[in-house]
Amino acid sequence: MMKNDMTFVLGGEAGQGVESTGAGFALALARAGLRVFAVPDYRSRIRGGHNFFQIRAGDYEFFSHNEQVHLAMALTREAVDSHVRQLVPGGAIVYDTSLKVDKSAWPDGVQDFAMPIADLVQGAGGSKLMMNTAMVGIAAGLTGLDLRFVEGVIEDNFGRKRGDSMAEANLKVAHAARDYARAHFAERFPFKLEAVDAPKRLLIGGNPAMSLGALAGGIQFMAGYPMTPGSPILEMITAKSAEFGVVTKHAEDEIAAICMAIGAGRAGARAATATSGGGFSLMVEALGLAGMTEVPVVVFEVQRPGPSTGLPTRTEQSDLMFVLHASQGEFPRIVLAPGTIEEAFRDGWRAFNLAEKYQCPVIVLSDHFLATSLQTVPPEALDFGGVVIDRGAMLTPEQLDALEGEYKRFAFTDSGISPWAPPGHPKGVYRSASDEHDEYGSIEEDATNRRLMMEKRMRKLETSRADILPPKLYGPERAAITFVSWGSGYYPVREAMRILAQQGVSSNFLHITDVWPFPAQAVAEALRGAKRIMSVESNYTGQMAGLIRRETGIHIEEQILRYDGRPISPEYILRGLEGV
Amino acid sequence: MVTVKDYQSPVTPTWCPGCGNFGIHQAVKTALAELGLAPHQVMLVSGIGQSSKLPDYTHANGYMTLHGRAIPCATGVKLVRPDLKVIVHSGDGDGYAEGMGHMVHAARRNIGIVHIAHNNQIYGLTKGQYSPTSAQGTRSSTSPEGSIDRPVNPLLIALAAGATFVARAFSKNSRELADIIKAAVQHRGYALIDVLQPCVTFNRVNTYEWYSERVYPVSQEPGYDPSDLNWALRAAQIWGDRIPVGIFYQTEDVPAYEEQVPALKAGPVGLRPIRPLPPEKAQALKAAYM
Repeated sequence: MMKNDMTFVLGGEAGQGVESTGAGFALALARAGLRVFAVPDYRSRIRGGHNFFQIRAGDYEFFSHNEQVHLAMALTREAVDSHVRQLVPGGAIVYDTSLKVDKSAWPDGVQDFAMPIADLVQGAGGSKLMMNTAMVGIAAGLTGLDLRFVEGVIEDNFGRKRGDSMAEANLKVAHAARDYARAHFAERFPFKLEAVDAPKRLLIGGNPAMSLGALAGGIQFMAGYPMTPGSPILEMITAKSAEFGVVTKHAEDEIAAICMAIGAGRAGARAATATSGGGFSLMVEALGLAGMTEVPVVVFEVQRPGPSTGLPTRTEQSDLMFVLHASQGEFPRIVLAPGTIEEAFRDGWRAFNLAEKYQCPVIVLSDHFLATSLQTVPPEALDFGGVVIDRGAMLTPEQLDALEGEYKRFAFTDSGISPWAPPGHPKGVYRSASDEHDEYGSIEEDATNRRLMMEKRMRKLETSRADILPPKLYGPERAAITFVSWGSGYYPVREAMRILAQQGVSSNFLHITDVWPFPAQAVAEALRGAKRIMSVESNYTGQMAGLIRRETGIHIEEQILRYDGRPISPEYILRGLEGV
Repeated sequence: MVTVKDYQSPVTPTWCPGCGNFGIHQAVKTALAELGLAPHQVMLVSGIGQSSKLPDYTHANGYMTLHGRAIPCATGVKLVRPDLKVIVHSGDGDGYAEGMGHMVHAARRNIGIVHIAHNNQIYGLTKGQYSPTSAQGTRSSTSPEGSIDRPVNPLLIALAAGATFVARAFSKNSRELADIIKAAVQHRGYALIDVLQPCVTFNRVNTYEWYSERVYPVSQEPGYDPSDLNWALRAAQIWGDRIPVGIFYQTEDVPAYEEQVPALKAGPVGLRPIRPLPPEKAQALKAAYM
């Protein structure tokens, strides 16, 4: 028997509540004191197809999802076929007895837990839609998990008051299903769960963590246009809009969205937009407007696989080169690529400080995997106490009162940073232009002015290096294998390291989060003397490895790349180590 | 007291002598001064084109943005600083070609922006190509055999999109234009002023004489009633030997977008001081994930 170390998968069609039920069950497990890492997997459709939600739960430190499944709960025949192959020996598949399944290709050692689930639901007075609740009840029955954790989530979702009909019906279904599974199958199921006494943890994904970071950073304006997987950020900020004094706007398109954000930034507000690669493609021209007119603006770019529409509901890290170079001409920009929940929250507020301090666009590059995976973190991971507000060289009304002569919005300075005035003060009146301009902001084509203005703007990029966080080295200083990854590559790489350590193989890991200006010196120093460097990225061309080569001269020959739209798993890395 | 001189910029306009932009520029400054608005209370937002250089020649908050994108940039300004009077200057290429989609949405939103479209029926800055308002058959470098596109009717489009203030003016009649601008600045919501403007360099057809012979006050049209949308929809279709100018449609019954935004009830969000969140707010945000 194995305790508190298992992976569930719940699979079904779109419209069967796979994701909401999965998320609810994950929360129940988190409340039971277990660590959780959950990954939703769904297709770009509203009904039908095959979706699943995978939850890993344990009472020890692990870093990501994995590929082994102990209990598969299938709402459709397709889900049976698809998930039975993932089961470990002794693992079980649960499905309704009415499904006609072909067991000829089932792996050895898999247990068939067909149950009259629909009858159980009906017998408990539930509706057909409550099959998913029954599955969660069954999971509790098989694993021995105390049902009160599931009950708590049902009450949260359907109303806390006992007697509320939806909550009541779901609770009855969960009970009936739990009782049936416990009575008929639990003895044969070797994987058990038990609540543990652990400090309370949050269950959260990258998108909400980043949104909370933005709220903590005092965001005042956000505009966006719906695009998976970026739109939840606009939705979450909008939900808090009135309470936190943030104007949000669902714009007519992404061009309008970023232009609205830039207009708000020009008016002195902390402004942002959120999108994915396709929407960012439309924003490219305006990114240069912010660069040229030195307007602070934050772009949350949550990557998905391209090109074009690509795989809308899946993951990839293939926009790195794109965001580094997007828009014509040369101008300073800052690119942050958080990899963890902690970093997503931190960069959510830090981006606004950097945008205002260096008066330039800041792109926070996330991806579908980081954005949508749910994981347990200690409450301190969202470090509200550590939030600093730094508005850079913003002129106060007193400073503006004391201003002599006409205000030079784009004054030449050693740092490249010119003091900026929000509109509304008689002495802070200025115009700015996307054309090249002089220190006052007037259109100017003079060659010397152009040279000085280019140098002034680009100096900001050098000045900003003071705020760029170096990559973090995890593991021992010297190791047989040195992994290099960025952004969400963090989780599977850390998990692969953990498995390798169990096998007696030493490895360490250089995780790059602040991507531009590139921390070349720190990367070069960290990689100097590494025995075997292995880069891990979710793209075809090894974009980070290419950037490292360009910026440091270090050529990483061994690369583990994934571009099938699925998140990199620890097993994928281990197979890659053998295969490279 | 605010005077026109307060809006005087040290920058000399690079417009051609006789350009219609001069009349529009004068009218804007006159209107703002007569309304007692100081330069720091106003934000002029423009796109790209000859008309869009106007903020450079004016002492006021000014933002010269991208071709076609003045309206969304201005919308962002207005949504965080509704206390500012926001005026968009676009051309016919800028505003009615690349920017037409944004205009339609600004109109249906009724966002509090005055949109002054400098309409000279030609592209000036790129040297004389036909524009969305050029008459069918206009010969230009991109339509040497005469343009096939029929011209847009910006007034009709704005009305159909739900604009609550729609006017047309002639740049030569600067005083009348100033009065229309004053009404537009005081209007609740989006206001379009389509300003007929000769291009003395590239448009040899729609000259000062051509317009002077044709324009007349729309108020002379029988049954003039700018509160009647159906009347305005009919009047907006008059174009040819006679061209009506003036306020075609105006209603103050539709609330402006910014009046209805919950987050703005407590005042302009752009003026809200930014501080770290108090611990109890942070705790409440976290609690939703436990």
